[in-house]
Formats: sequence, structure tokens, C-alpha cells
Amino acid sequence: MALKLAGYGLMQGLFVVLKSMTRKRITEQYPEERLTVSRRTRAQELVWDPDRCTGCATCVKACPQGNIKIKTSIGPDNKYVVEKFENDEGRCIFCGLCVESCPYEALFFGRSYERSQYQRNQLVADIDEMTSPEKEKSAYYRPELYDSLPEQTLLIYRKHKRIL
Amino acid sequence: MISLTDIATQAPVASWWLDSPVSSDWPCHNFWAHWAVFSAGIIIGVLLVVMAFIWFERRFIAPMQLRIGPNRCGPFGLLQPVADAIKVLMKEDIVPAVADKTVHFLAPILIFVPVLLMFAVIPFQNGVGLIPDLNVGLLFIVAVGSIETVAVFMAGYGSNNKYALVGAMRSVAMMVSYEMPMALAAIAVIIVSGTLSMQGIVMEQSVPFALLLPMSFIFYFTCALAELQRTPFDLLEAESEIIAGYHIEYSGMKFAMFYLGEYAGAIIQSAIIVTLFLSGWKGPILPPFVWFLIKLFAVFGMIVWFRATWPRVRIDQLMEFAWKYMLPLSLINLLIVAIETILWDPVQWWLVPVNIVITAVLLTGWAGMFKLRGGSEVGA
Repeated sequence: MALKLAGYGLMQGLFVVLKSMTRKRITEQYPEERLTVSRRTRAQELVWDPDRCTGCATCVKACPQGNIKIKTSIGPDNKYVVEKFENDEGRCIFCGLCVESCPYEALFFGRSYERSQYQRNQLVADIDEMTSPEKEKSAYYRPELYDSLPEQTLLIYRKHKRIL
Repeated sequence: MISLTDIATQAPVASWWLDSPVSSDWPCHNFWAHWAVFSAGIIIGVLLVVMAFIWFERRFIAPMQLRIGPNRCGPFGLLQPVADAIKVLMKEDIVPAVADKTVHFLAPILIFVPVLLMFAVIPFQNGVGLIPDLNVGLLFIVAVGSIETVAVFMAGYGSNNKYALVGAMRSVAMMVSYEMPMALAAIAVIIVSGTLSMQGIVMEQSVPFALLLPMSFIFYFTCALAELQRTPFDLLEAESEIIAGYHIEYSGMKFAMFYLGEYAGAIIQSAIIVTLFLSGWKGPILPPFVWFLIKLFAVFGMIVWFRATWPRVRIDQLMEFAWKYMLPLSLINLLIVAIETILWDPVQWWLVPVNIVITAVLLTGWAGMFKLRGGSEVGA
């Protein structure tokens, strides 16, 4: 009792802190070291599949921001041809309603979170950007993609690269 | 007195000329040359060690919080303090419109100067220093050190900001309270060593006074934490409560002076602890100056360790701890040390375990009687 009053807890705390020095450090060294995001991530871009899209514009109606612009014309066999498909990622709130509403599963979330630009107008993604083959599709609302994606790295499971 | 010809003719060992005391007219048989050399050396050295301390604190506290610490600027982040210094010097110097301009301007200067003055009497190794053998060395340190209280209050008052004033009032109350057990702990050292000169105190320590006078050591260390406004006594610049205390209205160069003063204060308090209790520059194998630096960083490492661990005390806990715990115990400690010195002079080796036992019994016993108002009782 008396021992505990005389700073026993303080000493105990000191040694707890000292022990924690031997533990793995949880800081992520960002540019050198990147974590794998969740398989179902809603990241900062949309990926569009032109083959599946029928140009029905359900995504446009679903968008609460009124952010997606689509322009279609009648093609040779009386089907829509999408001429313009744009999403202003600077105004997008990444709610995912467009992805969820797409009846033909033509719209996906991407997995990239490194989307910073110097100008706002560079954030407007057009057809070329949304169909670019480098973009990875997220499994958000597309469970069939789930198993093909790499597992998320949680900080506790992470293999540490030692950078000093 | 050492001249260059002596060094050349006597074929010295590597650290020979560093080991011997330097007279107060080295070099050139002129005190002012001595003064100039050591003043410049101390100012440059203090600035360098301040940067080293800032880097050391950030790198040392990082693994305790499972982080890595600064590692981008230069190898191992060594240039980070340099970059920070450049940044802070280039910032705009803002003076509040309603501030007391003169007081506001003088406070950062007045907080740094006494710290520099205190370095004058510290022996960095055997007899090397500006005036390490000053016969009132410790008195000089206690006297000059109390000027800082005025500077802190000037900063808080001159800023014309209520948070700054609250911080400054807390600071003055704390510094005045903790000066007393601090001086009493130092007096115990003076009684045993029989001298006020810092050089003399180091020479007297055949066994480090931290072992011979453990209670004085613990009390001095605690009071030094309070004087430095470090955790657990950092409530006067508590970021979460009163933002930054008395230097909230300072920016740019003046803020840098406060920061510099804070870390220079950490150096000088570590240096005083090293000199009074850890046998100064004495040590085997390595050159004495290296020993001094190692001990300096070890003491500061303890302070950083405390910062990483302990919570902040309340203002009433702080005051009661100073007046009801530390002050009576330092007086009792002083009495015991005085009796021991009268009965067994020179000091005997077997007093070391005896004093450690006495300290443990007194600290725990008094802690049993010591109750704080409010909160829940520990271990009840």
C-alpha cells in the first residue's frame, strides 16, 4: 500500500514505455511504402467499361451532385453510341450511387487514391481517362471482382521496410 | 598555463593538454582573451547542443510512441533542427497592437541571457570553462537562474493576452515554489563537499553524490523538471489547456529565442545535475569532455523518457507537492546530511547504502501521509 503510494505506478509506467521501444513502429513511410487499400474501397476515381454501357444514363440520374455528363447519339443498328462521358472528380463526393445504380454493371470504382492535380480542370475525367487500361477496378458493389484483388494490408500485419 | 611550445616539446598523449586545468589567463596571459575564447565557445557550443537536443528528443521519443521521428532532412533527419531554425527565423515577427512593446521585446532576451550566464561556472572538464573555479559558483547559478521567473512574467504580462497571463502566473507560482527545495537539495551537496565552486564539487566526488545523497538527487531532478517546465510539470504551457502559455503571442525570431531558452535551460539543468550529482567530467577510459557529454545526454534522455510517460499534474497538486512534500523532506534531508557530515567527515563509503535506505523509507513514509484533495486515491 505505502509502496504503491510512493510512485509505484509512475515507475511501472516508465517501464511500460521502455518496453514499447522494442515494438514494431507503425508509421507508414508513404512515398517508399504504400499500403494496399481495401478490396471494396471507394477510391477517388471511376472506371467505365464502354462495351457494357448502353448509354441509358441511369448513373446521371442517380448522381446527387449532377456531376456525370453523358452525350449519346443513335448508332447504325439503332443503339446508343456514347460520345461523351465525363465525371468531374473535383466535385464528386464518391458516394457510389452511380456504381450501384448501373443496370449493366458498366461502371466501377477505381482503386487509386493518388489523384492530386495542380488545376481543377485537370480533375475532369473523360472517356479516355475512365477507360484507360492502367486503372484497377474496385470490388465495391461488384462482388465478382472480390477474389481477384489483393488482400488489404492492415498496419498490424504489415511487413516493415526499414527506412531511417 | 599551457603554451603551444609546451605541447610541442613534451610530446603529449592525445588528450593530455585537454586533461589539465586551464588558468584564467589562458591564452596569451590575458583574461579578456580567455573570456573571448570561452564566451564564443560557449555560445556556439550551446547553439549546437540545443540543436542536438531537439533532434535527440524527437528521435528518442518517437520509438516510445511507436513512431520513427524525423528522417527526411539529411541522414537520420540530422538536418531537421537546422531546417526548423531557418523556417522560424524567416517568419514574420508579429507584435500585438495592445501589447506593452518594450516588455514584449525584452522578455525573450531576458529569458535566454541568464541561461547563457550560468554556463560560465560549469566545468566542461578538469578546470576547463570560463570561470569553473568561481568560489561562489553554485550561489551564482541559483541567483542568476531566478531571473528567468521575471522574464517569464514579463512575457505573459507584456503580451496582453489572458492565456499568456494565466500561463505566466502559473509559471511564477511554480518557479518560486520549486526554487526552494531545489536550493535546499543543492545545499546538501555543499555541506558534504564543503565548497561552492563547481570545479571543487566535482573534485570532491570520489563517489557520485547521486548515490551518496539520493534524496537530494531525486529532489533536485524533480525541481529541475519544474524549472524547465517539462512533463509532468508542463501545465504552464499546456498545449491542450492554455495553448502555449506565456509565449502564445510570440512568433518568428522572438519565439525562437523562447524555444532556444527552453532547450538551453534543459542543457544547463542537465549540466548542473551532472556536475553536482554525477561526478561531472570524471570517468574511465574516454576523455573527460566525452564523459561530460555522455552524462549530459543521459540526463536529458531521462527527462524525455518522463515526458513520454507521465501525465500532467494539476496546479493545486503542483503546489501541494512542492510545499507539503518536497520542502519538509528537503529540510529533514538537510538535517540528516548535516549530522552525517559532522559525525563522519570525510564521508564514508558505507553511508551510501545507509542513505539509500533512509531515502526509500522517508519517501514512502511521507507519501503515505501525503494526500491530495480531489480525485481518487491510488491503490485504495
